[in-house]
Amino acid sequence: MISLEFLVASAIGVLVAGGIYLTLRGRTFQVVLGLTLFSYAVNMFLFASGRLVVDRAPIWSKSVTEYADPLPQALVLTAIVITFGMTALTVILTLRSFLESGSDQVDGDPSGNHEDDSA
Amino acid sequence: MDYVEQPITPHMTLVLLTVLPFAAAILIALLADRGRGVHAIIAGGASALGLALVLSVAPLVLAQGSIALSASWVPAIGLDFSLLMDPLGLMFSGLILGIGLLVMIFAHFYLAAGEATGRFFATLMLFQGAMLGIVLSGNVLLLLVFWELTSLSSFLLIGFWRHSPDARQGARMALAITGGGGLVLIAGMVLLGVVAGSFDLMIILQSRDVVQASPHYPAFLILILIGCFTKSAQFPFHFWLPHAMAAPTPVSAYLHSATMVKAGVFLLARLWPVLSGTELYTIIVTTVGMTTMLFGAWVAIFRHDLKAILAYSTISQLGLLVMLLGFSLEAAAVAAVLHVLNHAAFKAALFMTAGIVDHESGTRDIRRLGALAKVMPVTAVIGTLAAGAMAGIPPLGGFISKEMMLYEALNVSLFGIDWLVPVVATIAASFSVAYSLRFAVHLFFGQARDDAAHRKAHDPGAGMLVAPAVLVIVAVLLGLLPMLLAGTVVSAVAGAVIGGPAPIVELSLWHGVNLALGMSVLAIGVGIALLWRHAGLLRWYAARRHADARAMFQRGMTASDVFVRKMIVAVHRPSLQRMLFATFAVVLLMIVDGTGSATGGGAIGLTGPRELLPAPLFAIVTWLLLIAATIAVLVEERQRFRALIYISVIGLVIALSFVYFSAPDLALTQISVEVVTILLLLLALNLLPKRPPLLSSSGLRVRDGLFAAFGGLGVGGAAWAMLTRNPNDPISSFHIANSYSGGGGTNVVNVTLVDFRAFDTMGEIIVLGIAGLVIYALLDTTVRGAAGARLRSWQEDMPHSPERHPMMFVMSTRILLPLVLVAGIFIFLRGHNEPGGGFIAGLVVAIALLLQYLASGYDWTDSRRRIGEHDLIGFGVLIAILTGIGALAFDANFLSTAYDYFTLPLVGKFELTTALFFDLGVFSVVLGAVVLALAQLSHIAQRAARAHALQEAEKHEDAS
Repeated sequence: MISLEFLVASAIGVLVAGGIYLTLRGRTFQVVLGLTLFSYAVNMFLFASGRLVVDRAPIWSKSVTEYADPLPQALVLTAIVITFGMTALTVILTLRSFLESGSDQVDGDPSGNHEDDSA
Repeated sequence: MDYVEQPITPHMTLVLLTVLPFAAAILIALLADRGRGVHAIIAGGASALGLALVLSVAPLVLAQGSIALSASWVPAIGLDFSLLMDPLGLMFSGLILGIGLLVMIFAHFYLAAGEATGRFFATLMLFQGAMLGIVLSGNVLLLLVFWELTSLSSFLLIGFWRHSPDARQGARMALAITGGGGLVLIAGMVLLGVVAGSFDLMIILQSRDVVQASPHYPAFLILILIGCFTKSAQFPFHFWLPHAMAAPTPVSAYLHSATMVKAGVFLLARLWPVLSGTELYTIIVTTVGMTTMLFGAWVAIFRHDLKAILAYSTISQLGLLVMLLGFSLEAAAVAAVLHVLNHAAFKAALFMTAGIVDHESGTRDIRRLGALAKVMPVTAVIGTLAAGAMAGIPPLGGFISKEMMLYEALNVSLFGIDWLVPVVATIAASFSVAYSLRFAVHLFFGQARDDAAHRKAHDPGAGMLVAPAVLVIVAVLLGLLPMLLAGTVVSAVAGAVIGGPAPIVELSLWHGVNLALGMSVLAIGVGIALLWRHAGLLRWYAARRHADARAMFQRGMTASDVFVRKMIVAVHRPSLQRMLFATFAVVLLMIVDGTGSATGGGAIGLTGPRELLPAPLFAIVTWLLLIAATIAVLVEERQRFRALIYISVIGLVIALSFVYFSAPDLALTQISVEVVTILLLLLALNLLPKRPPLLSSSGLRVRDGLFAAFGGLGVGGAAWAMLTRNPNDPISSFHIANSYSGGGGTNVVNVTLVDFRAFDTMGEIIVLGIAGLVIYALLDTTVRGAAGARLRSWQEDMPHSPERHPMMFVMSTRILLPLVLVAGIFIFLRGHNEPGGGFIAGLVVAIALLLQYLASGYDWTDSRRRIGEHDLIGFGVLIAILTGIGALAFDANFLSTAYDYFTLPLVGKFELTTALFFDLGVFSVVLGAVVLALAQLSHIAQRAARAHALQEAEKHEDAS
């Protein structure tokens, strides 16, 4: 039997692997994509620290005694928004550095400035 | 005297005394644009008031030993705000304030009208406050704070004339040496405090036995001594002091007579009961002091700049004080205390004399001056008397302390040699007679050497003469009436230095015929002989090569600079790829290491005991979708638009999983952030290259791939290990239990955000707001420089729709706008009890607005905008903070919420909570930041598109 826990844990693993691979690439846009994958994984991991719970929303009611853990949810909620802020800033930095240097190589390396050999 | 009836208690006096200079400094800085008279009156007034306060408590301190008060500041590290005024602190505060007052008066007349007197007096008061703090601190950590402050403020004072390279260089050097010494001192003092078991000065002073028995005694002794020696310009750290002469003369008079350089001597005296008496202490301190005394006096004979002569003489006199304290003899401590008073009086007077001569004749070069007694008789009297005191000529004050020094030198045997100290002391005393007499004789008597300077010179007005005159009178009276003027104080202070009962002191000019008197007479004789043969001596000295301390210092600085650069380059490669690889590698190694120890080397398995949830079919399908999308992003990394589509698939799967795992708020947030993120990436990609060339070699790809797989396994394994175990008793139960009763809301996630952890949220919206503003700043300046040129020559590199703003799109977004806004308000209002709230509402409304930018273009939308995004961000942060502060007014904690239920006709019963205002702040910041970022980006994109259209049009014209 495949458990939900296995699905979540493996998904986190795959996202992290993708994130690491992409952030190690040489083009700024790839690094941005890598960071995005990374953020998904991190947010998911944080959320999962409240453990996986089905059909028990953290909405208080007199008759309910079992809830999903609200604390990781609150932390991840702000984390998602901050992630947007971070991604946006990185994208803009990427764009600005490309416009300044004419190259989208991560270190602004002029040797990466030949786009004619693209297949 | 009855202290109970005094309006101000002694404790309050202490606090006032410490606060006063800083308050004056701030006041002067605020009135910086007023005239120098205002500045000088505030500075002088504060000093005079401080002096009066000191005098008011003086009888009490002398009678009962000390006044102390203490208030907890950072109890966790033993830092208290505690003040202590014992006789030693009393004498130094009197010196700091008394000489301070005279210096302020002198400075008022010395500085030219156009100078930045506000900055000058404010810094001088800051320095005064720092010095007072040092001498009144009752906690060694507090003392260190003020110690650093003196280094910083003296840096500002020495570098006051910013336009002069000498001043800047001198200031930097002083900061490097005294500031660096300060860092060493911190290490020593902390160690001392740890050994003594407290940072309280009173306790430390009583733990002599524990401290000296500690195996760390040599370590902290040397560290503390380095701190004192750097501050007091002891050899080999002396060289900053002559370069500090680039400061305005009133600053030199203040820093180098009674304050800055005396701080090291003060600290030696302060810690004398704990540190002194050991062989190590005596050898180091005596040797350093003696060397400095001899060296400074020797060099001073051959300087030509009046202030340089005084600088080296100061070094020498400080060496004398350090040496006396190093003797570890009680009577020597008495001599040191008396000499501190003497030196403060005559040295300040001499610096002022040098300042007057410079001011009135235009030069400080002693070779160009001479016979000034004829043209500036009053100055000549003052200068000659002060120089006589420095030389130790009877019946002036300097004679008594110098003779006491010689007398004590006879009692000290260094390195087992009895005659070493007395002989060196006599030689140094001869040198000091020589440079002191040269200062007076070559300046005021003999032949005028430079007609221009001589003709110009005249006595200054009374204002400039008052301060040095008062000082010289004191210097003379210290010789004539020593017991009346200083007997009580010196006895009490010496008692405080020794840490025992006040010794009985006999201060008088005549001690009968003894060896010390013989040494004094010999020193004066040799000194006069040296002056007589000065010309020949000078030629001999000039013919020799001398080590240039400044060049050595600069070589040292350059060498350390080069070394640090090499280290940085060795550790930090300026390549993002390499640095990221190193970072990941370190993190992975830490995980591997941590896993090894956490599992007890494999004794605990990866899988925990928690009961697992079976996965339904649709969950497996969604999971497959996510895996496939991630792989697609990796494979199609060079097809950037496609990669974006895959990324959004991943985002949707994440949002779905939030829905499934009972997190509706997260799902709403994720899905709206997803929309905004993809919009942003699309806009950016419009300007970025779409199909970049292959950069990495396949070898590198394989390496990174393996590395990534390893990392993924590690993190995935960690997630698995966590998910298969039950949580430790989480604090979340508190949030659930108190959400409704305490926070007035049923949506625990939202109540957590706006109430329990509102402080976090506040920080987060501020970060988001800053990110938005930074993005604006980055994009707004893109039109300039190289980026602007590139933007103007931008070429569309992919096919665009011929219709810029498709009618269907425009119309549908405009119809959608009010609907989405209503939905946004609804989401916002219900957030406290049902999924929703400020974050989500802000994102939803932002999307609605961004759709307008997208459909109808930047110009159309921007012109219909009523509220700026900057205002939204500012308003949001402000209202969030104000809500928090509002709680304080009701005696609740910062950001506590209050709520109540109200009934309105038609609407019925509803709840109002202050958290709603906070959430409004969140809403406002999120909306502002998101729209600011994307609208600005679309603005840039539109500019580029326009530039492209223009180019196309030109091309078309050329062709036709």
